[in-house]
Amino acid sequence: MPKPLTITTPGDRQIVVTRDFDAPRDLVFLCYSKPELLRRWYGMPDWTTHICEIDFRVGGKWRLGQRSPDGYELASQGLYTAIVAPERIEQTEYYDDNWTQGGTVNVLTLTEANGVTTATMTITFTTPEARAAAAASPMAVGMEIGFKRLDTLLTEEQTN
Amino acid sequence: MNPSEQLDATFIALADPTRRAILARLMEGDASVNELAAPFAISQPAISKHLKILERAGLVSRSASGTRRPVKIEAAPMKQAVDWLEKYRKFWEASFGRLDALLQELQTPVNADKPRKKKDEPNA
Repeated sequence: MPKPLTITTPGDRQIVVTRDFDAPRDLVFLCYSKPELLRRWYGMPDWTTHICEIDFRVGGKWRLGQRSPDGYELASQGLYTAIVAPERIEQTEYYDDNWTQGGTVNVLTLTEANGVTTATMTITFTTPEARAAAAASPMAVGMEIGFKRLDTLLTEEQTN
Repeated sequence: MNPSEQLDATFIALADPTRRAILARLMEGDASVNELAAPFAISQPAISKHLKILERAGLVSRSASGTRRPVKIEAAPMKQAVDWLEKYRKFWEASFGRLDALLQELQTPVNADKPRKKKDEPNA
């Protein structure tokens, strides 16, 4: 069974996502920092990751692009602003059409206890309005498209 | 309020644990301010302040007449926020589900089809 995911919206500009993984922290960190691994898990179901460029160093640029089955494309990019292997990654993120209104600062922290790694991702928007605007965004619409077949997919994954 | 301002007001209203508890109570049915204040160790004016924030976000309403003026939950704006968070949740659940599989694969030894080292092996 997949582990539970928690999402909270503390304060007026943040979204925090927390999840545990049955794996050592080093490995989880690699899955976030190596493009050949990141592209294998990150993104919307049924979408393909056609761009996954990562210059994994402080000041390095990253760019990710996804394409829906019917050809809709969504891409974002940013810079790595702080990296502390294997416990912390800070990066900026800007979507190509700027629907997040000035981008976000994304901070990932990884902690390990008894072989379980807890990932905590804090996404900070520039303003409260920007966080709210994200809900009416292409990302939300894109997710809707991408999730049409999610239930089937999840059922399949769980029976495997 | 436009939809994005509405959603923002909803998030701000939901950010506080007391306000979430008030909403949870109202999901069971309308209640007066006194009834709402009862389970909390805070004053009635403090509850009224929370109610004002919830009211401004459109999450609750109060009937205009009557001395009791019961507070009522308004489902629509709440649903909008919950729907969005639900989409967000599904995005991350799907991604992290794949990450689970990837992590499992990375932790599987290359010669996993061969028997692993066992206690009863003579040379273990």
